[in-house]
Amino acid sequence: MHYLPAPLHIPDGFLSLTVLLICWVIAIVMLAVAISRTNKSLGEKQVPLMGIMAAFIFAAQMLNFPVAGGTSGHLLGGALAAIVLGPWAAMLAMTAVIAVQGLLFQDGGLLVMGANILNMGLITVVVGYGLYRGAINRSRKTRLTVAGVAAWLSVMAGALLTSLQLWLSGTARLQVVVPAMLGVHALIGIGEALITVGALAFILQTRPDLLGENSASAQSGRGWVFAGAIISLAVVLLSPLASAFPDGLERVAENHGFLQLAQTSPYEIIPGYTVPFLGDTSLSTVVAGLVGVLIVLALSILAGTSLQKKS
Amino acid sequence: MHSHAFDRYHHKHSFVHNLDPRVKVAATVAFILSNALLPDGAWVAFLAAYVFMLAANVGSGLGLGFTFRRSFIALPFALAAVTVLFSIAGAPVASFQLLRWNIVVTDAGLARFMSIVIRSWLSVQMAILLVATTEFPKIVHALRQLRVPAILTVIISFLYRYLFVLADEAMRLMRARASRSAITSSGKGGGSAPWRARVAGNMAGQLFLRSYERSDRVYNAMLSRGYTGELRIMQARQFRANDWLMICILLLCLAFIQIVGRML
Repeated sequence: MHYLPAPLHIPDGFLSLTVLLICWVIAIVMLAVAISRTNKSLGEKQVPLMGIMAAFIFAAQMLNFPVAGGTSGHLLGGALAAIVLGPWAAMLAMTAVIAVQGLLFQDGGLLVMGANILNMGLITVVVGYGLYRGAINRSRKTRLTVAGVAAWLSVMAGALLTSLQLWLSGTARLQVVVPAMLGVHALIGIGEALITVGALAFILQTRPDLLGENSASAQSGRGWVFAGAIISLAVVLLSPLASAFPDGLERVAENHGFLQLAQTSPYEIIPGYTVPFLGDTSLSTVVAGLVGVLIVLALSILAGTSLQKKS
Repeated sequence: MHSHAFDRYHHKHSFVHNLDPRVKVAATVAFILSNALLPDGAWVAFLAAYVFMLAANVGSGLGLGFTFRRSFIALPFALAAVTVLFSIAGAPVASFQLLRWNIVVTDAGLARFMSIVIRSWLSVQMAILLVATTEFPKIVHALRQLRVPAILTVIISFLYRYLFVLADEAMRLMRARASRSAITSSGKGGGSAPWRARVAGNMAGQLFLRSYERSDRVYNAMLSRGYTGELRIMQARQFRANDWLMICILLLCLAFIQIVGRML
């Protein structure tokens, strides 16, 4: 049985202690809330349901489909888990998946697990669920379209957060890591969006009660819409900015003493860059970002309509 | 699928196998933390950490090079750190022309890059040794005893228990798809990429429903066997004086590595 490591899992050694501690603190606080919430809503049924749903996410990550050139698309599952299980339960299931991947398969480090949980298990859920929650009472087509966009953006949010952590740790150059990570994940995210939309369409068709008004997926508050929208907006605005004006971001971080705080080793910028990646292409990156969003939107609508016709 | 397909445990009776799982979990995390604390370019300390690693390998009875063979899993990620080679100020070591950019590799950049890769490489080997010498349920139980919330450890042990079952289910779905999808000798299969994606999506949906219904059945089966919301585990190992001694020795070794890293 082959197990394929996914590119978002950070191994040990790549993040500085400060960065990984901050990630742990955020992850632990969110998980503490998630534990108390699911405890209330699920009670003793929580254990078998969440455990098997976590195993489902793990197994669903094995499903792939061939794309051109020997590559294949597959699922991370954060957005799908959030939509079918509700956000708090999804956070716990994703955390269990990441813990087993790190502990058993060494896919992702142990000390940096807090960051991996944050990037793949928490922010994907907030973005995926938040956007979907805003469209929950709309038509089937709108719901599927929004779910597709949400799935794509959730992967992008995870990728952006990973790049920022690598940058703050002094492991990677902001102006290289952000475009590289976001470029790769813009493609991975399309696979994620298509599978998520396909899975939801299938569930809506066969067990609509699981996604209906009384389901776990509809019960969380409107606050999620706000949180999801804010983070999505941050991703859409920050990604092109970070690629186009890394100096600006670096200066802000430096002015607030954040870079020095976050890095265990000195991190200096060579006067007169030797690697002027994306020098003055600010406009083109912003445009590229927008085009990316439009393409995914179009693909999701397309997938939504073709599924609509079938039913 | 046999449950061993995913398992990383190598059964043996060795010194490391017989240590308390809590000692092993704590020592692994402490070792990784120690690597993270070492300053860049502390080559002697990295070497000492590697010797520590090798000693653990020998103590496990799995052979000197056991973890080495599987240790390259995290290396592709090193690509993420490549930019430090030329983004840290220092004396130029090498320079080359890439398209229209002149790239200068500095000594400080090289030291930082090597340090990151070595830290990661050492850490992943210790993690490999941990799962090779400790059965996974025991690791999870040790996490529980080390105060990880019960609900998380229980979900993790359920995930581990049903991983094989659902992976089997996923494989059945993929086998069904493969048996209905002819591929010509030129390697071309039917359907466009979005269509294939939709098929994969339907499979994920199907897998979800099967898992969901299974969780219902499992819950009912647990209820009928007297489940009250708490899982009971047999054989909680006592923490012996020997284990305390061991953890002290291991921590002393790591402290020594830290001192070496800062002095030399």
